[in-house]
Amino acid sequence: MDSPASESYTPTELLICTSARLMTDNTTAFIGTGIPMLAASLAQRMHAPNLVTVFEFGGTGAILDQLPMAVGGESTFHRAISATGICDMMETAQRGFIEYGFIGGAQIDAYGNLNSTVIGDHDHPKVRLPGSGGGNDVGSHCWKTIAIMRQDTRRFLEKIDFITTPGYLTGPGAREAAGLPPGTGPYRVVTNLAVLGFHPETRRMQLLATQPGVTVQEVIDNTAFALTLAETIAINPPPTDEELQLLRKEIDKDRLYI
Amino acid sequence: MMQVISEGIGPLIRPPDLNAFREWNRQKPKALIDKRMTEAEAIARFVHDGDYLGTELYGTVRCPMSLVSEVVRQGKKDLLIAGQGVLELDMLLGASLVRELDITYIGLEVYGVSNVLRREVESGRILNCVEWSNAAFALRFKATAMGVPFAPLRSMLGTDTLRYSSAKVVECPFTGEPICLVPALILDVGLIHVHRADKYGNAQIDGITGFAAEMARSCKRLIISAEEIVDTEDFRRRPDRTIIPYYLVDAVVHAPFASHPGEMCYVHKRDEAQIKEWVNASTKPETTQTYLEKYIYSVKNHQEYLEKIGWEHLDTLKVSGDSNGQPCI
Repeated sequence: MDSPASESYTPTELLICTSARLMTDNTTAFIGTGIPMLAASLAQRMHAPNLVTVFEFGGTGAILDQLPMAVGGESTFHRAISATGICDMMETAQRGFIEYGFIGGAQIDAYGNLNSTVIGDHDHPKVRLPGSGGGNDVGSHCWKTIAIMRQDTRRFLEKIDFITTPGYLTGPGAREAAGLPPGTGPYRVVTNLAVLGFHPETRRMQLLATQPGVTVQEVIDNTAFALTLAETIAINPPPTDEELQLLRKEIDKDRLYI
Repeated sequence: MMQVISEGIGPLIRPPDLNAFREWNRQKPKALIDKRMTEAEAIARFVHDGDYLGTELYGTVRCPMSLVSEVVRQGKKDLLIAGQGVLELDMLLGASLVRELDITYIGLEVYGVSNVLRREVESGRILNCVEWSNAAFALRFKATAMGVPFAPLRSMLGTDTLRYSSAKVVECPFTGEPICLVPALILDVGLIHVHRADKYGNAQIDGITGFAAEMARSCKRLIISAEEIVDTEDFRRRPDRTIIPYYLVDAVVHAPFASHPGEMCYVHKRDEAQIKEWVNASTKPETTQTYLEKYIYSVKNHQEYLEKIGWEHLDTLKVSGDSNGQPCI
């Protein structure tokens, strides 16, 4: 990345820029509410003009020059390739056409399982969260799932309260045994502190790169399970001026998200 | 014989009876009847206490808010709800009209969790939350639309979403692999807002169609509201554009801006300030009631609601034409 930002940036801006860099041109990506929308819009403007965005209620291949506020809003099929419905989108994912799936959650465990349903017991919850929505389907069908979250010891847990969306479930082979399509699963977790991946054998989360100014120890301290470390741990470059300008002056000029 | 490997512990809120549904569909009138009526008449005639109710699309997009507001105004209670929603289900939850939920997503999207969902569930006022994924949810309607009692799907597997659903995992009789089966969902009443309809109930939707086609075919009774009422000749000239044929429909309500404060693609944008007013009001029970009083109970009908919001303001939300500025019909 050229010209690192001379000005400061927020954790949300960092999450957006880091996620955008993971979006590849000429690939399909299932886009969830919030940060994935901004990241996709940024990626299309930077390096991935033909990032084929897929939105669950029917939009495919939208040009994201208007910021979506909802996964069914007009922006999700603005100048798109097609505008169909939810069954077509889910079936397309189930047939293996969608490479990346970008999702979020309230809690994540070492195997990349996500909770967005309840905090506490399901039938007597402390906090009732929205529920799966398309999360479970994205995590089931997309080849590579990328979770975007804030990282701390309340969110990164050895055992989460409820598995809404499947990661590697209980470990190697568990997805296939459950009947999920082979070769799918969590790929990256993007946080304000790090970019994490999954060990190819143990399927447990491992640290791949730290965000600018963050130490490895800080990432470990903000994870409530034993974190595997990759052999070499990279340091992510900070958001560039160009990325920040695009975010602030074009993509979210009304500052609805950032 | 297909072996059941595991099954969800969630109750099957409404076991599907496809034979009864066939009989029901057979007796639905196929005559061309003028079904235009007001929200008040449609809800009074076709929605009853204890009904299983579904809405489409969702929340802030092409949402049947004028019909939902009338359900709240008439206080239809003990509802069973197919829960894919944002503001529309928030209104029903805020008014404590919901007894049980088949839920996939109820939240406020960019504004986070639904405060009224939290209060209704955490207090125990809602008896059951049966969990589903969005694909499972849409497929349950699709199964009904197909006229079969279940449909297979490769999501939900291995998760608590499945454990707290009423889906079953079986060994596929063709591949031997585990596959998830979801039961057909037959609604008592469906509420759908569309771009245009004729007086008999034929309907067109512009832009994405969400799960309108599937849900419309899964309802015993279907009420549609439409931005505009057009001549039947418009449908006969472009039959490929008909997403809901008239014989599925029981009532047609002419309701411009019925999705407000949500958006209606190619017609009007969402009303961010009004959405935020609900988000803020819904944080406390008292202010929730104040909002419902102001925008639903104290208002006679949708027309009066629009007047309260103000036409001058509504005009600022209008857009004209599609992504290229072209008219849609």
